[in-house]
Amino acid sequence: MMNENPADLLPELCVLAAAVIGLLTGLFLPRTRQWIVMAICAAGLVAGIGAAAVAADRPETMTFEAFALDPITHVTRIAVFGTTLLVLALAVGILRAHPRETEFYVLVLLAALGTVALAAAADLLVLVAAYLLASIPGYALAGFGKDAAGVEAALKYYLMGALLGIVMLTGVTLLYGLGRGTSYETLREGLVGAPAGAAAVGVVALLAGLTFKTGAVPGHFWVPDVTEGALSVVAALVTTVPKIGAFAAMYRIAAEMIPRGSVNWPLLIAVIAAATMTLGNLAAFAQDNVRRLLAYSTISQAGYLLVPISVAGRSDLAESALLFYVAAYALTNLGAFAVVVAVGRDQLADYAGLIRRSPLLAISLVICLFGLVGTPPTAVFVGKLLMFGAALDGRYTWLAVVAAVNSVASVFYYLRWILPMFGPDTAAAVAPARAAGMIAVGTAVATLVLGIGSGVVLTT
Amino acid sequence: MTVLSLVIFLPLAAALGLLAFPRLRDRTVIWAWIGACVADLALVVGMWLGYDGAGGGVGYEANLRWIPSVRAGYHIGVDGLSLPLIAMTAVLFLACAVFSLRQARRVRAFAVLFLFLQTVCLGLFAALDLLLFFVFFDLSIVGMYFVIAGWGHGDNVRSALKFFLYTFLGALVLLLGFIGLYLGADPHTFDMTELTRTPPLAGSPGPAALVLLAVGIGLAIKTPTVPVHTWLPPAHTDAPAAGSAILAGVMLKMGTYGFVRIAMPMLPDAWRRYAWAAIVVGVVSVLYGALVALAQDNLKRLIAYTSVNHMGYVVLAVGAAGLAAGDMDARRLATTGAVTQMVSHGLITGALFLLSGVLYDRGHSYEMGRYGGIARGAPLFAALTAVAAFASLGLPGLSGFIAEFQIFTGSIGSGTGAAAAGAALAILGIIITAALFLRVLHRTLLGPPGSRTAQVTDIHRSELAAIAPLLALSLIIGIAPRFLLDVIEPASAAVVSLVAR
Repeated sequence: MMNENPADLLPELCVLAAAVIGLLTGLFLPRTRQWIVMAICAAGLVAGIGAAAVAADRPETMTFEAFALDPITHVTRIAVFGTTLLVLALAVGILRAHPRETEFYVLVLLAALGTVALAAAADLLVLVAAYLLASIPGYALAGFGKDAAGVEAALKYYLMGALLGIVMLTGVTLLYGLGRGTSYETLREGLVGAPAGAAAVGVVALLAGLTFKTGAVPGHFWVPDVTEGALSVVAALVTTVPKIGAFAAMYRIAAEMIPRGSVNWPLLIAVIAAATMTLGNLAAFAQDNVRRLLAYSTISQAGYLLVPISVAGRSDLAESALLFYVAAYALTNLGAFAVVVAVGRDQLADYAGLIRRSPLLAISLVICLFGLVGTPPTAVFVGKLLMFGAALDGRYTWLAVVAAVNSVASVFYYLRWILPMFGPDTAAAVAPARAAGMIAVGTAVATLVLGIGSGVVLTT
Repeated sequence: MTVLSLVIFLPLAAALGLLAFPRLRDRTVIWAWIGACVADLALVVGMWLGYDGAGGGVGYEANLRWIPSVRAGYHIGVDGLSLPLIAMTAVLFLACAVFSLRQARRVRAFAVLFLFLQTVCLGLFAALDLLLFFVFFDLSIVGMYFVIAGWGHGDNVRSALKFFLYTFLGALVLLLGFIGLYLGADPHTFDMTELTRTPPLAGSPGPAALVLLAVGIGLAIKTPTVPVHTWLPPAHTDAPAAGSAILAGVMLKMGTYGFVRIAMPMLPDAWRRYAWAAIVVGVVSVLYGALVALAQDNLKRLIAYTSVNHMGYVVLAVGAAGLAAGDMDARRLATTGAVTQMVSHGLITGALFLLSGVLYDRGHSYEMGRYGGIARGAPLFAALTAVAAFASLGLPGLSGFIAEFQIFTGSIGSGTGAAAAGAALAILGIIITAALFLRVLHRTLLGPPGSRTAQVTDIHRSELAAIAPLLALSLIIGIAPRFLLDVIEPASAAVVSLVAR
C-alpha cells in the first residue's frame, strides 16, 4: 500500500512554514525589527528538530514512494536543523539591521530544507530537485555581501554547481534509460542486467553533482574561493550544512541503489576519498588565510567521510560511522568558524597571542582544531574511530593507512594556527564579537560532550 | 566511583579548580598543585596497602558503559603490572610539582598542564579498555606538546612539532592495530580483559602478524626503540626539566607497558613467533643508545640516549619472555625485571633530568665542556648527581641493578641460544653506560673549573626536596625490593602463562 501521509514530512513542513511566514512577515517589518524573522525561523527549526526526534522512534518507512524515513533521514534532519540553528545564531550579530536581513534567514532555511531532502530522497528525480533547492539559495548567499570577493565567489560557486548539476542530470537520464525507472529500488533491480559500461558512466555522472555538494575531488574547486570570499557566516554554512545531506545521499545511493557487483563502486569511492583527503591536506599546508585553511581542511575531511561510503553494505560500522562522523564534523567545523566570526580577522598572524586577549575563544579554537585532527575525547575522534573500523572491516586496509597518514599530516597545519595563539600578542587587537564567541565556546563544549557521551547517541 | 577513578581524576579536578580561580597568586597555585599531588599520592599508597597482590588479580575495578555499540567501556583496574607504574607516576609528578616551586614563567598554565598530564598518565596505566587506553595515549601527546612548545628552550617549537607528528603517527598506527584486535575478536570488543581471556585472531596467523606489526610499531615509537627513536633527543633537549622528567620517566613507559599489557597477552601466538624481532630491536637499542650517548657533549642529550639504552633492556626482556622454548621460571624473571626496570628507570631518569634542569638554571647550558669541578662549589648537587649516575649505570644497592640483574638472568637462564646471545651482547651496554656516566662525573663534577662553573651554586631546598626522595626510593628498591617484587611477580607470572598458551 502506498503511504502518502503528509504528516510524515512534519519536520520539513515546520521549516518550510517558518521560511514562508518569515518571508511574509519580513515584508512588513521595519529594518530594525527584522530580528523577529530570525525568531520565527529559529522557532521553525526547533519545531523541526522536535518533530524529527519524535519521528525517529517510528519504524522505517517510505513516504510518497520517494522520501525514505529511516535512521539516515532522522539523523540528517536533526544534524542539519541543529547546525542551521547555530548558523542563524552566528548571523544575528553580523546582519542586525542589514537591508536584506530577512532574505538571509529565509535563504538559509531553504538551503537546509534542500539538504534534508537530498538525504531522504529515494528517487533520482527528487534527488535532482533537492540538489537545486540546496544549491540555489547557496549561490545567492555566497554573493550576499555584494562585494567583489563575494561576487566572484558566487559566480564560481554557481558555474561549478550548474555544470556539475547538468552532468548529474545526464547521469540520471542515462540511469533512467538503463534501469527503466528513477526510484532507487527499481534501479537496483533494473541495473543488474544493464550494460556495465553505460551503467558506470551513469553512476559517475550522478556522482559529479554530489561531489560538488560534498566538496570532494573533483567538485572541490569552489570551496576555497567561496570560503574566503563570502561572508564568514555564509562560509560556515556552505562548508557544513549541505555536506551533511550530500554525504547521506551518497551513502543511500551506495547502500540502496547500486546493485552489488555491477559497478565497482567501492573502489571508485575509495580512490576519490584518497585523492580528496590528500589534495585537501597538501593544499592546506601553505595557507596563511585561516578561511582558506579551513576550506582545505573541509576538503580533506570530505575525504575521510567518503571512506564509510566506499564500504557501504560491506561493514556493519559504515552507516553509524558516516552519520556520526558527519554530524560531529559539522559541529566541530562550525565551532572553528564561530571563532573566526568572533575574532573577525582572517590572517594567521591576527591570531597571535589570542590566549591573552580572549582565553576562552582560544581554548575553544584549540578544542575544535584538535577535534578536526581527531584527538580524543572530541566527537570527531569517535567518528574517525568508526571510520577506521569500517575501512578495516570492509577490507580497505590501504585506505585506512592513507587516512591515518593524512591525519598526521593535517596536524601540521592545524598546529600552525594553534601555536601562535600562545605566543606573544603582536596582532592589532579588535574586540571579539561576544555572541559569536559564546557560540564558539558552546560548540566546543558540545563537541566534547558529544564525544564523551557518544555511547548514548550511537545506541539510539 | 571507585578510589581508582578518584586517583585518576583528582588532578584534573584540581586543574579545573585552578582555572576557575584566576586571581590566585603564583605561589598559591604551586602549593595547591603540590597539595593535589600529595593527596593523590596518599590515595595511591592507600591503594597499594589495600591491594591483595598474591592472587595477581585485578583490584579496584570499575566497568561502566561508554560506547556500547562498539563494546567499549570505561573499564579500569589495577594489577601487579600497573600498580607499581601508577605509584611511580604519582611520585614523579609530585617531584615535578615540588621542583617547580622555582618556576616563574606562566605558572598557572604550567600547573594546569601537568595536572592534566597526571590524569592522562594515571588513566593510561589503569585502563582496561583499548579505546580508553588510546584516549589517554593520544592526550598525553597533546599535553606534552604544549609543555615543550610553551616552556622549552632552544629550538623548542620545532622539536615539539617533530615530537607531536612522530608520536601521533605512532598513535594512529596503534589505533589501527587496536581496531584490528577489535575486529578479530568474536564478539567484537575493545575490552582488554575479554581480549586477554580469548585472544583474537587465534586461528589466522597472517592477520595476527599484521596486527602485531601495527601495535608493535605504535608502541615502539612511543618507547622509543631504534630506529624510531629520533624524535626523542630533540624533544628532551629542548623541553623544560620537569617536562623531560615526565616524558622520560612516565610517558616512555606507556610504550613498554603496552607490550606487557596488550601485545603479549592478546597476541600470544604472534608474539611467540616474532619474539626474536623484539630481542634484536632490544639489543640494537641497548648498544646503539649507549654508544651514541657516549659520544654526546650535551648532558641532556646524553641522558636522553641512555633512556633509549635502558628501554632497550625492557624490550629485550619482553622478547626473551616470549621465546617458547625457554624455561618458564626464567621467562617470569625476565618479565618481572622488565616491569621493575620501568619503575626504576622512571625514578632515576626523573632525578637525572631534574638535576640537569638545576644545571641549566644556573649555567644556561648543557655543554659538559663548560663545566668542571662543580663538586667544590656545589657539593650537595655533586653528591646527588653521583648517586643518580651510579643508579643509572646499575650499581648494586640501587634499583637499576635489581631490574637489570633480573633481565639478564631471565634472558640467559631461559636456555635458548638467541636470548642468551642477545643478553650477552646487551651486557656490553652496561659497560658502555658505566664508562659514559663516569665520564660525565669526571667532566662536570671533578677536574679543573670550566667557563660556567662559577655560576653553579648549590642545590636549593625545594630542588633537594624534589630530587632526593626519588633517589631514596631507588635506594630502598635496591636494598629491600621485596615490597615491589611481591606485587609484580604474580602479575608477570600471569603474563608469561598467557603468552605460553
